Amino acid sequence: MIQEKKSKKGAFIALVCVVVLLLLSIVLENTLDPIKNTTFFTVLRKGAVYALVASSMNLLNGFTGLFSLGQAGFMLVGAYTYAILTIPSASRESVYYLYGGSVVNFSLPELFGGGAFGLIFGVLLALILAGLVAAGVAWLIGLPVLRLKSDYLAIATLGFAEIIRAVLQWDKLGPVTNGANALKSFPTFSSFNLPGLRLSIFMAFLLAAICIAVILLLINSSYGRAFKAIREDEIAAEAMGINLAKHKRLSFCISSFFAGVGGGMFAMFANQAQAKTFTTAMTYEILLIVVIGGIGSISGSCIASFLYVAASEWWLRFLDTEMYIGTFKVPLLRNGFRMVVFSVVIMIVVLFFRKGIMGDKELPDLLRKRKAKAAGREGAK
Amino acid sequence: MKKKALSMLLAGTMVLGLAACGGGTKPEGTSGDGEKVVRIGVFEPSTGDSGPGGKQEMLGMQYANQETPTVVVGGETYKVELVYADNGSDAAKAPTAAADLVSKDVALVLGSYGSGVSIAGGPTFEEAGLAAIGVTCTNPGVTAGNDYYFRICFLDPFQGTVLANFAQEKFSAKKAYLLGELGNDYDQGLLTFFEQAFDGEVVKDSFPTNTADFSTYLNKAVSEGCDVIFCPVSIAYSTQIVKLAASMGLETPILGSDTLDSNMVLEAAQNSKVQLFVSTFYQEGGAPAFDEGIKAYINGDSTALTNNGGNDTIAAVTAMGYDAYYTALEALKAAGSVEAADVKAALPNVTYTGVSGAIAFDATGDAIRDTAYIKTADTANNVWALEATQTVK
Amino acid sequence: MQYALSIFLSGISLGGQYALIAIGYTLVYGILRLINFAHGDVFMVAGLFLVYLSTWFPLWAALPLMLLFTVALGFAIERAAYKPLRSAPRMSVMISAIGVSYLLQNLATYITGGLPKSYPELPLLSNNVTIGGVSTKWVTIVTPFLVLVLVLALQQLINHTKVGMAMRAVAKDFETSQLMGIKINSVISMTFIIGSFLAGVGSMLYFTNYPSIVPLSGALPGLRAFVAAVFGGIGSVPGAVVGAFIIGMSESVIKGSPFSIFSDAFTFALLIVILVVKPTGLFGEKVTDKV
Repeated sequence: MIQEKKSKKGAFIALVCVVVLLLLSIVLENTLDPIKNTTFFTVLRKGAVYALVASSMNLLNGFTGLFSLGQAGFMLVGAYTYAILTIPSASRESVYYLYGGSVVNFSLPELFGGGAFGLIFGVLLALILAGLVAAGVAWLIGLPVLRLKSDYLAIATLGFAEIIRAVLQWDKLGPVTNGANALKSFPTFSSFNLPGLRLSIFMAFLLAAICIAVILLLINSSYGRAFKAIREDEIAAEAMGINLAKHKRLSFCISSFFAGVGGGMFAMFANQAQAKTFTTAMTYEILLIVVIGGIGSISGSCIASFLYVAASEWWLRFLDTEMYIGTFKVPLLRNGFRMVVFSVVIMIVVLFFRKGIMGDKELPDLLRKRKAKAAGREGAK
Repeated sequence: MKKKALSMLLAGTMVLGLAACGGGTKPEGTSGDGEKVVRIGVFEPSTGDSGPGGKQEMLGMQYANQETPTVVVGGETYKVELVYADNGSDAAKAPTAAADLVSKDVALVLGSYGSGVSIAGGPTFEEAGLAAIGVTCTNPGVTAGNDYYFRICFLDPFQGTVLANFAQEKFSAKKAYLLGELGNDYDQGLLTFFEQAFDGEVVKDSFPTNTADFSTYLNKAVSEGCDVIFCPVSIAYSTQIVKLAASMGLETPILGSDTLDSNMVLEAAQNSKVQLFVSTFYQEGGAPAFDEGIKAYINGDSTALTNNGGNDTIAAVTAMGYDAYYTALEALKAAGSVEAADVKAALPNVTYTGVSGAIAFDATGDAIRDTAYIKTADTANNVWALEATQTVK
Repeated sequence: MQYALSIFLSGISLGGQYALIAIGYTLVYGILRLINFAHGDVFMVAGLFLVYLSTWFPLWAALPLMLLFTVALGFAIERAAYKPLRSAPRMSVMISAIGVSYLLQNLATYITGGLPKSYPELPLLSNNVTIGGVSTKWVTIVTPFLVLVLVLALQQLINHTKVGMAMRAVAKDFETSQLMGIKINSVISMTFIIGSFLAGVGSMLYFTNYPSIVPLSGALPGLRAFVAAVFGGIGSVPGAVVGAFIIGMSESVIKGSPFSIFSDAFTFALLIVILVVKPTGLFGEKVTDKV
């Protein structure tokens, strides 16, 4: 009973935090100089997208204990679904210039009548469909693959991601997927900017927050507890009456659903969708985020993705350019040094801070423990 | 553990906050000694699979910057500073690299070598109201639908057609073997345009990224009895293909696009029977003063020499980088201001006659060009020789 | 006919080169239950070692030095990145392996400046030879035989020496063998040394055939070799070799067919089929989970 009350309180605090964060994103974007802070804004948008994708991977790898490396493949499916459904009809000819137009000749925002309403509902529906298609693909892949154990599962999902990429790049499918060419001209986060009010970061945060909230609700439901039981011990879980196959499939499909939505959002962030960006290296990147944040902590994944994106693409960028202090040339600084430093930092985290930033705790847990401790101390006095 | 986590979190938030504030306090417009400075962004890859090409392109800009380090804008002399952002040849990293340039307050942007990153970075520039001049990104998608992107090179449809015509005129080719990287828009676009313009049979293959074994593909071309091989692939792959062809003693002519115009590819063909033809933007000897100057520049700087593949043969992309820099200066002069918006407004009407020919922009922002040089590898002397100048109306 | 022969030759040489990498994967997996994702990058770095060493030393000195450095690298990676995690969950070690792979690739990009490096020509191996009208390099012919010799030597080592016995024991049961007085750490180091040595030899053969090294050169052969190791039954050396030849050959055949764009996809499809039909691979032993 008390436990429940506490978790409700935690959820409430979390909700308030998220709302504050969302409001802050609007304030920040509209008060800071838009030119000088472009990098900051871009990092925030990318961080939000990665936070969602990392959370979805964490759901599978951290909470269900299924080590899958197919995340980039599902993101790819999501990104393509989103892009194909939302490219305006007028732009189709120029986007699909190699194939003389696309076979998909409608655009969801236009189907909803265009304008602000059409944009919002079209994009939302396209993102949901992106997730559903990714989940459908995951269901198919899961049929053979989910029977495999740990490492084998990892390598098989990785293999499937590569197969998906090869298929989408096939020029025979060009009229749908645009072959090797990038899909572009679809609505992006910046499309939500109103004259006088910029909402691009807010949109990225809002979408990511909704999805992550759903993931959190799921984790705290009876399904989530079943997932955790599978992670701890498959055989014991089965003995407790948990249907292994069903729950694994469910976790795999849900994780892929959000990876698909994340993929669509990634396309919105990158302004284009092209299969060759969604490589195994991307999956590894996301995996490293999950590890840095703490396997089994959604808030950890979120924090880590912002830190990771900011560090790799912003704070450390100065390492790439030669620098002089007076006449002294700082040694080692040249192109590529940034990534070397960055990977050393990652290795240090992996080796010496094995639990990552959050371990398997969530943010409210930390607050609560601190309060409990403080209360304890007071009591001792 | 908990404390550590919290402190890390706090530190992270603080840095984030600091960086956000720090962004606003950048010195603007002046360098330390009171000299006025205008910044030009260089949006080029120096890592990833287009890294070698991007570096050669930057050489041209760096040389031009050394040659003409100042520009007179609106009666005042400004020092030109090149600001670099490595887009890593990766469309996923391009938006942040582009954003980095935008936040560094550049007047306009040059780049990129490849089209994929240009398409990905384009909207960031557009949103910031910043004009970008594409140097060698030949995909139609770069400028289409983006008012802020211009380019000084020809386009893929043009290049594909030129090479297809050349194959038919020079070799009376009836059957062509087309080879490109799977999922690479540059390769696949050129293959398609070549196929469309080629009046005969084609065999088309794509290899997965990071392939190293091309022997099966080349043997297939031979066994199918193809008259020419067309492989518009990036430098890393083309050196391997040409090297392999050299060691196989392949006599089928190999046609390549502007990416193959690199001394690394030339070296791969050295002392062999390979017949290599490439279409490109610039032929060495076209502007003797430029040739001499850049050779001296490359030879005088060990980093530049390494970036140019260890010798001083001039790549066409270097000439293009050089022209791009001067086009940018022209735009600044025409704008009479270093404000991004003014530069953008002035750019469509800018004309400039560079070492690679006359540059002017059409309504979409593409260069009006109708000439491509076709060069052949003189394998005995390790130099490029001019084969033909091709035009398509 | 000539074309078929050329496909066959290319398949055989690819297979041999994958085999040498696959052995490294299979030995490590057999003992540590770890997919050593960094192994393909060790292979790439071995290639770079020779590129740089051959500019400073004559080839007869550079080659042994390259093997020595590669072995040292493999040893150092195990000590630095895997040993501290011996008691950690398997996933952590695998992530550490991915981290090492990331680090090696980024270091290679930094040092080479991202430019492709030309592999030095090796005497004899780089020379051309014509068989049945197909021109190829000597290395293509030498590879399968060299692989055979090395594998036989390795089998001798595993089956008839004390170290080999220790390796087999550790692979069978980690804890019991520790109780029996086997020095686990030195056995594991030995495994990495052997694996890296073979990767070094493999890189010599591979890059003589495909003489251009970029930081990602190791990724694809590494992945294919791993697939080969799984295919043959992970943990089994003969399995890895057979698997590698099958993968190499099928890759070559697919490339020669009109479906060349699916050559990668096909490799993985093959892997998934074998995993589903016979999860232990062709020669693998069945392992049951204990509650």
